[in-house]
Amino acid sequence: MSWRPSATLETLKARAELLASVRAFFSARGVMEVDTPILSRRATVDRHIDSFAVSPDDRWLHTSPEFAMKRLLAAGSGPIYQLCHVFRVDEAGRHHNPEFTMLEWYRPGWDHWQLMDEVEGLFSALVPQSKKIESLTYRQAFLRHARFDPFIEDRDAARHAFDAACITLPESLSEWDAWLDVAMSILVAPALQEPTFLYDFPASQAALARVRDDDPPVAERFELFWKGIELANGFHELTDAAEQRRRFEADQAWRREQGKVVPPYDAHLIDALASGMPQCAGVALGIDRLLMLKLGLPSVASAIAFDSDRA
Amino acid sequence: MSSVSTNEMKSGTKVLIDGEPYSVIDNEYRKPGKGQATNTIKIRNLKNGRVLERTLKSGDTLESADIEEVDMQYLYNDGEFWHFMNPATYEQIQAGKVACEDAAKWLKGEETCRVLLWNGVPLSVSAPNTVVLKITETDPGLRGDTSGGGGKPATLETGAVVRVPLFVQIGELIKVDTRTAEYLARAGK
Repeated sequence: MSWRPSATLETLKARAELLASVRAFFSARGVMEVDTPILSRRATVDRHIDSFAVSPDDRWLHTSPEFAMKRLLAAGSGPIYQLCHVFRVDEAGRHHNPEFTMLEWYRPGWDHWQLMDEVEGLFSALVPQSKKIESLTYRQAFLRHARFDPFIEDRDAARHAFDAACITLPESLSEWDAWLDVAMSILVAPALQEPTFLYDFPASQAALARVRDDDPPVAERFELFWKGIELANGFHELTDAAEQRRRFEADQAWRREQGKVVPPYDAHLIDALASGMPQCAGVALGIDRLLMLKLGLPSVASAIAFDSDRA
Repeated sequence: MSSVSTNEMKSGTKVLIDGEPYSVIDNEYRKPGKGQATNTIKIRNLKNGRVLERTLKSGDTLESADIEEVDMQYLYNDGEFWHFMNPATYEQIQAGKVACEDAAKWLKGEETCRVLLWNGVPLSVSAPNTVVLKITETDPGLRGDTSGGGGKPATLETGAVVRVPLFVQIGELIKVDTRTAEYLARAGK
């Protein structure tokens, strides 16, 4: 493998300008830049996000700065943002690199609707030529592009939709949520070429979002897609400590059952929520992907100085 | 039997699916940020050349196919099969039409070919990258085809047809690149 960078110097210059624009955007809006530890004693227990374990100190590389930033919010920081590298085991491909750059920010007192407006403001500041962002519920996007209802576990309907696209699901994929994820990856996301927000996710995919008691209940979570690629994921944040603990424990139990590594969850986050973290909305956005799409590059590798093969 | 995981499947990796040998052409990793990851592999069936896609759960494994590449000498064609010999062991094998499809038109005898074997059965035969063959038929004189490229078609002793420069004549030996079917040079009388 060559010693040379995986991005051109021209791309790296555009990257530096993009980062400077992000900082200018938040500085103008009075959002404070913070930086929190990359190495932590606790890790995410998210079912589908695996952390690098670091020896000899029994620490973990963070997969997102979420927990530490929420602890800052609970400590009274006010609105904050962070630009940092995050690390996820085995996430490698054309649109993935195990180490990538994330922009994450939080708005105390806001709900996800207000935050979606700000995401749109940032997006149009960073990509001035882009169109206005469309909004679709998760369900509408599925009905339109996957042609089955994600809120009704009708496996025949889903199988019919997969068959029509010549996709045979492996037997190892048994959970309904995994079926939804495959449909999202292969049927829905590629159809979202124009900038599009999806919102109101299934409650089973709430992650750290609040669940609203509709019929069926929906997670107050949104994602931004552009050119078929997932760019950002945001929540009207869960602030209920007991519910957060319950979700962490359920995820740990799931990981144990699957024979996956079960890291310790962040008990400090639970304490921070219990002490009264303000109601807030937060979002994370992939900087490498945004640069890739903005410049029309073929892969995230060509948007970062050295991809993981060259790191 | 050894197996390969989705993140080890690169272009050229040989795997077994439903008992058939495949070569991986492409491997696309997809993952919703918070969701289940999958790998969609594009694979070529090494027996019939058909290309298809399979979606796998990331981390799943497939059995690896026992494929070996052996240099063997081409002996003769009996009308149905092409016969080859391993020069190290003198072991002989026969390969059918599908395996020899690309190579056959370059072979007259004694060439060293690369044979792809699956559990000892030939799946495909590659002719040497270059061969020297005699021209048995081509338009005489320098006129030739003036409409395009400044060359003319020439039929070789094995039946293959290649474009050659106008000055090359019947009976001459020429060197040809079998991968592109392009004339490279004259190779003496």
